[in-house]
Amino acid sequence: MFFLSDKLKTKTLNTVTKEKFMSQKEWIEVGLIEDIPSLGARVVETSNGNVGVFRTAEDEVFALRDSCPHKGGPLSQGIVHGKRVTCPLHNWVLELDSGAVIAPDEGCVASYPVKIENGKVFLNLQAN
Amino acid sequence: MNETKEKLVLIGNGMAGVRALEELLKIEPNKYDITVFGAEPYGNYNRILLSPVLAGEKTVDDIMLNDEQWYVDNGITLHKGKEIVDIDRRGRTVFASDGTTAEYDRLLLATGSNPFIIPVPGNDLNSVISFRDIQDVDVMLAASKKYKNAVVIGGGLLGLEAANGLMLQGMHVTVVHLNDTLMERQLDSEAGGMLRLSLEERGLNFLMEASTVAILGDQHVTGVKFADGSEIAADLVVMAVGIKPNIALAQKVGIHCERGVVVNDTMQTYDPRVYAVGECVQHRGLAYGLVAPLFEQAKVCANHLAHMGYSRYEGSITSTKLKVTGIDLFSAGDFIGDESTENIIMKDVARGVYKKIVIKDNRIQGSVMYGDTVDGAWYFQLLRDNTDISDIRDHLMFGQSHLGDSGHGGQNAAAAMSDEMEVCGCNGVCKGDIITAITKKGLFTLDDVRAHTKASSSCGSCTGLVEQILASTLGGDYSAAPHSKPLCKCTDFSHDEVQAAIKENKLTSIRETMNYLKWKSPDGCAACRPALNYYVLAYHPGEAKDDPQSRYINERAHANIQKDGTYSVIPRMWGGVTNSAELRAIADVADKYNVPTVKVTGGQRIDLLGVKKEQLKPIWADLNNVGFVSGHGYGKALRTVKTCVGSEWCRFGTQDSTTLGVRLEEVTWGSWMPHKFKMAVSGCPRNCAEATIKDFGVVCVDSGYELHVGGNAGIKVRATDLLCKVETEEQVIEYSNAFVQLYREHAHYLERTAPWIERVGLSYVKEHVVDNAESRKLLSDRFLESQKYVQKDPWAERASEGVQQHEFVSLMRVS
Ligand code: SRM
Ligand SMILES: Cc1cc2nc3c(=O)[nH]c(=O)nc-3n(C[C@H](O)[C@H](O)[C@H](O)COP(=O)(O)OP(=O)(O)OC[C@H]3O[C@@H](n4cnc5c(N)ncnc54)[C@H](O)[C@@H]3O)c2cc1C
Ligand code: SF4
Ligand code: FES
Repeated sequence: MFFLSDKLKTKTLNTVTKEKFMSQKEWIEVGLIEDIPSLGARVVETSNGNVGVFRTAEDEVFALRDSCPHKGGPLSQGIVHGKRVTCPLHNWVLELDSGAVIAPDEGCVASYPVKIENGKVFLNLQAN
Repeated sequence: MNETKEKLVLIGNGMAGVRALEELLKIEPNKYDITVFGAEPYGNYNRILLSPVLAGEKTVDDIMLNDEQWYVDNGITLHKGKEIVDIDRRGRTVFASDGTTAEYDRLLLATGSNPFIIPVPGNDLNSVISFRDIQDVDVMLAASKKYKNAVVIGGGLLGLEAANGLMLQGMHVTVVHLNDTLMERQLDSEAGGMLRLSLEERGLNFLMEASTVAILGDQHVTGVKFADGSEIAADLVVMAVGIKPNIALAQKVGIHCERGVVVNDTMQTYDPRVYAVGECVQHRGLAYGLVAPLFEQAKVCANHLAHMGYSRYEGSITSTKLKVTGIDLFSAGDFIGDESTENIIMKDVARGVYKKIVIKDNRIQGSVMYGDTVDGAWYFQLLRDNTDISDIRDHLMFGQSHLGDSGHGGQNAAAAMSDEMEVCGCNGVCKGDIITAITKKGLFTLDDVRAHTKASSSCGSCTGLVEQILASTLGGDYSAAPHSKPLCKCTDFSHDEVQAAIKENKLTSIRETMNYLKWKSPDGCAACRPALNYYVLAYHPGEAKDDPQSRYINERAHANIQKDGTYSVIPRMWGGVTNSAELRAIADVADKYNVPTVKVTGGQRIDLLGVKKEQLKPIWADLNNVGFVSGHGYGKALRTVKTCVGSEWCRFGTQDSTTLGVRLEEVTWGSWMPHKFKMAVSGCPRNCAEATIKDFGVVCVDSGYELHVGGNAGIKVRATDLLCKVETEEQVIEYSNAFVQLYREHAHYLERTAPWIERVGLSYVKEHVVDNAESRKLLSDRFLESQKYVQKDPWAERASEGVQQHEFVSLMRVS
């Protein structure tokens, strides 16, 4: 059998209700910066689909809708480099800050404001 | 803000100089205020394509590379139609003939070359011209409307292209050549003879071994006179007898010149503020007259202008094609040979095909091809890679395509394809799309075409076709790929150089490697990071730490991502053998987790498809409970070991192939490889396990075991080469270990055994694995040592030992 470690158990159960979310005036705390691997990403599930939360080598954090403008690939599963991510399905490259696709491919995905306070990551689900 | 920028002035608005600017803008867009002077009254155009313009196949607009808007968009000041006549090197100022001046911090000379005008009386008459720029083409096109007879002096590349063009414009054309062979610098006399014949059939006339002594006429040309006293009529004379580097300006201002402006490996002249690239340059004694080497020079020059300061130009090997539509001709390297070389020659006059390959010490020195040039690019690659061809010598002449290809209906000659035919089966790109992209977007390299059209960017099997289309569309030598190819855009170093650096300097992490080799991007890209991660792990097992963030998602999640973002789970089924308990466990898992599809794979095991990421850990745990481990169906690693029933059951079986397969899988599983690796063991030469299309295959025979290597059944089918025969199972295992380790240490990341062996040669493998017992043992020992660190089931580590947990759960759910 398998067991979730205690720490993770609390994490998975860390579900925020919509009401609570609204009352937080849009900024919602999604976890600690350490929860996201450097040059990696984690997913925040929302009723409107997943949001990928990315961390760069410089510890900047960005959030994009987790769906590649090409064929919907999960960007959070890609490889992060600089301030960009390469989609895992067909290697399109996107800017993490704007969600824009790097030429010569074309397209754009929604990006969301993120702020970090005392090592805590806050996400705002009103798209930029 | 501009005051702080350095000033860069380019003299010569041609192909090499502007390419250097483009390369510079790519890496350092804001370093310089750039000013360009060009004697010609245009933006930057593709000089190579003047021939098709003359032939009426293209217009001047078609061949513009950078129009004037490009200069504006990039903040470059363009002085077109202004020739620089002087340079004050102390005061760092250039002077144009019309009085315009510009100051510089750095200066780039790219003045190209001048056509050679033969010193005979009458060479300055009206309608005596050369073939170098748009103006020349305009004069020729105008003449073709008014006059009848054209004489082209010079039967080289340029002369023939000019003659062909004029003929297509309706003129009666005679080519006068001093030598007895056309294009003697590119062709041997056989190929030159065939070329002449077919040009004669098209309507060109030739006067061979004819030495011009005078151009006749009063003001306008009327004829040409030769050393033997004969004369022919002419209303237009085109001189195409060669070019000489345009060094007049450099010489005048005291920059050291010999035949060309002398530069070092960083493209600097003797004045360190002054760089030079292109046809005006002399590098290590050589001046080049084709664009491929000039583009390499431009890249190196940009690297130094950007103060990156590590790239070097080390000279080029060139290849040529003639751009006369309908005539296929290719030559590269030293194609004449001498006493020390051997030639392989194929001649079929009826089909109009001639091929010659010059070989020395089992390596290609050069080749000439006429009539069928499909394999030109392949030979050129073998030449530049210095590949030992002894193992493929017997079929070398028949080309690469005999190896088989899937996915494009056996099509391997782009020329025979119509525009609507599909070239890239993965991305649905037709020949016409590729041609349009090349001409409209000014693409030059395979990488450009991949980026813009996606053709050959997925499985890569159509790369050869795309290269052919590039070559025939650009006409000229498009092969701008430098002879050692950088690993990716983040570095100028090749795989070999990076591997050597990691091995010799004990670099045990990606970061260390990037620092040591001065990577150009802060943390690499999706191409180099997985390669570096593999290399540090392969060379320093036990010391280097794996970096999951530098692996593709499949290897990070230990499952294959599917198009809908779900995953597939393939447990290892040792040698394809299973039992009722295992099958029951798989059935239970399928029921418990509602797995949508259960499928038997092409590799003798079972695939559970459509699994959600959060289900992976519990499924693995359930599978682990009955003893299953990961099948690495997602990894650059050992995949399957296919076996047949062998002597246990089969009436023909000579050895216990099933047990041997299981043993091989037990030793080899878990190891990371440059690419995926498949094995098979067949119990007799009927070969039911298809061992001869595997990376490592064993065919059992009565007297022992045949070992086969380098097979591939995927994109390009390649049957194995026989490595050797051994007598015992123990030997099979030792040879297999040694072979795997040689491959792990020497192949480039993402290079399967088939292309690897074609690159290094089977003899090389035999030398290390068969002929030398000591080296075989060392390789095998190194492999076993590295296996100690990796033979842990990655599924168990994640399902029950707490490794990489963040990979499998969401950070949060907002409901
Ligand atoms: C599942 C399977 C098809 C099946 O349903 O049978 C399969 C599925 C895929 N193959 Fe395969 N291959 C499968 C057997 C094969 C075979 C047959 C074999 O192994 O006997 C071949 C030809 C043999 C060979 O490799 O020489 C094969 C040649 C390829 C290739 C071309 C490799 C090449 O070097 O030419 C690719 C592309 C690549 O690796 O870059 C590929 C890639 C893939 C990928 C990983 C495509 C991708 O990147 O997502 C597919 C993953 C599907 C998935 O998510 O599970 N697959 N693939 C087979 C898994 C076998 C296993 O048990 O692990
Ligand atoms: C008809 C034709 C067909 C060709 N076909 C092929 C082919 O198939 N494959 C191939 O690889 N190569 C081919 N080439 C050769 C290729 O075009 C040249 O190698 C390449 O253009 C050289 O580049 P460059 O920048 O050194 O010189 P250029 O492109 O000639 O540019 C030099 C520029 O500098 C200008 N200039 C010179 N002096 C001054 C000055 N003092 N002040 C201001 N401007 C100045 C000139 O006007 C010119 O525009 C062909 C050439 C021609 C003419
Ligand atoms: S499983 Fe293999 S052959 Fe089938 S679509 Fe995927 S990659 Fe192509
Ligand atoms: S879905 Fe992202 S590149 Fe295709």
